[in-house]
Amino acid sequence: MNKIEDLFKKRSGDILNIYFTAGYPELASTTGILTALQNYGADLIEIGMPYSDPLADGPVIQASSMKALQNGMTIATLLEQLRSFKPQLKVPLVLMGYMNPVLQYGFERFCADASEAGVSGLIIPDLPWLEYETGYREIVKKYGLDFIFLVTPETTEDRVRKLDKLSSGFVYAVSSSSTTGTDKNMNKVATYLERLRSYQLKNPVLVGFGIKDKASFREACRYANGAIIGTAYIQALKQGPVEESTRKFLEGILN
Amino acid sequence: MLYPNVEELRARYLGIMEEPSFVKEYDDLLRNYVGRPTPLYLARRLSSRFNTRIYLKREDLCHTGAHKINNTIGQILLARRLGKKRIIAETGAGQHGVATATVCALEGLECIVYMGAVDIARQAPNVARMKMLGAKVIPALSGSQTLKDATNEAIRDWINNPSDTHYIIGSVVGPHPYPDMVARFQSVISREIKAQLKEETGKELPARVVACVGGGSNAAGAFYHFLDEPSVQLVAVEAAGEGIASGRSAATTQLGKAGVLHGSKSLVMQTADGQVIEPHSISAGLDYPGIGPLHAHLFASGRGRFLSATDQEALNAAFELARLEGIIPALESAHALAALKQLSFREEEVTVICLSGRGDKDMDTYMKQMESHS
Repeated sequence: MNKIEDLFKKRSGDILNIYFTAGYPELASTTGILTALQNYGADLIEIGMPYSDPLADGPVIQASSMKALQNGMTIATLLEQLRSFKPQLKVPLVLMGYMNPVLQYGFERFCADASEAGVSGLIIPDLPWLEYETGYREIVKKYGLDFIFLVTPETTEDRVRKLDKLSSGFVYAVSSSSTTGTDKNMNKVATYLERLRSYQLKNPVLVGFGIKDKASFREACRYANGAIIGTAYIQALKQGPVEESTRKFLEGILN
Repeated sequence: MLYPNVEELRARYLGIMEEPSFVKEYDDLLRNYVGRPTPLYLARRLSSRFNTRIYLKREDLCHTGAHKINNTIGQILLARRLGKKRIIAETGAGQHGVATATVCALEGLECIVYMGAVDIARQAPNVARMKMLGAKVIPALSGSQTLKDATNEAIRDWINNPSDTHYIIGSVVGPHPYPDMVARFQSVISREIKAQLKEETGKELPARVVACVGGGSNAAGAFYHFLDEPSVQLVAVEAAGEGIASGRSAATTQLGKAGVLHGSKSLVMQTADGQVIEPHSISAGLDYPGIGPLHAHLFASGRGRFLSATDQEALNAAFELARLEGIIPALESAHALAALKQLSFREEEVTVICLSGRGDKDMDTYMKQMESHS
């Protein structure tokens, strides 16, 4: 059974998905971060594949991507790291990245290698649904991967339903029409998440963008199946050694 | 994530552009505000230098000094009809930023221009012009801090402000409908060329049209009404920078491969891993790692002939035009002029060069070259 589906079957609420940028702070940080995240309570891990022009990301993740590229991170290197970590991997992994590097790697080869390396799902924010549906969906399914679309408060009901239909694993609810790392008013977010909930989508909903601490995580969990934290974790990684800063960060959110 | 923004535009741009009231207002502003039609000038001394007939399409005489305003006038009228209150734009050399700030002043709309921090430092006069026109210039501090990054920041702004903001893209790049919409607004260039040639020579088709290409807006406009005229050779001139093989170039068709950048699939200069490469050209307006999808198609299909000119060749051509014709061209346009040396001409045939902008903004660069050209 697919690992993401499995996770939401076991537990439908309070799912904590942590994002980090592959190759940050060091090229070889991946294994240590994955180990710490799954040991200290992340239910799901999203790994950003660094890109020179990360349009959907805010300044903190942009800077981490740039550092990661300077460190020499590539899709091939990341997949190799994940392959060697696979025996220890306990939680579902989702890869987030932009279309251009994936196209250069070869879309099908990417899906095949990611799947083999233990990856469960993909998020590619600059791959529009029509192109996905007509050109890439078959390939993604062939390798048993989930594909996760983003919805925003501007997304119409028709389109939310369309994206839900095309998504599997979960739907990524951007908590405001915003690039990552922006502070947002939680009241507005609540109205939007209530609206999403009323649609009774087939997929669980995880809230991303703007979740940074225990309070905002708890708040998001009132309206959705869980939340994704990225920017705040990247900032936490600057505070010290990976294991220690990850433990402190996750304890701060979960305890 | 840009879907709602782009979808509204996609659904409405053609309808609005066809409304009689829009056409009337656009044409009126082009005539009385921009100063169109721009002259088609038979450059006599330049022609005799190449022993042929060379006409210059004088986009440099447009208000604000370049063809960029043809597009910004069109888009600001469109934005008003879409009920937008806030305008954003990206700019490299600052020409598109100035053209956008100008039309925002004209319409009384808020204007935010993203510009790479590196470009802000090297294009001070245009930054000052934008500010004087009431625009807010925000430095793009990410990546290489040039045009590509300014475009990223503008797109991020648009993602964050989907309802009240219109993004005026300055070239034939970006997500659909921008490449098509910008080409349509710039197509006035070739429409005028046809009519003017007819009047001047009795024939509306030249042997060739030559234009410089960064993203490719002036080339798209100059080629537009000749695309389906196979007898007209379309010559696109890219910036070779310090040389195609130097590692410091912006010649996308020579160095790029298929990729996705800023919302369109086209040719992109990139590493084997798909990371976008920072291009180089002495001309900030050609300093872009992609090329509009129209031009990628002209290249792939062979309909367009793609040449390139180095920084030095462009500088030489600029000085030559200044001395032969009394016209100081923009560095971008100087690339189109530089390609004349790579072409062969018959004496009686007509070549039209799109002189996309004037050289005032490049005087700093030209002044540094003065000694070697005196």
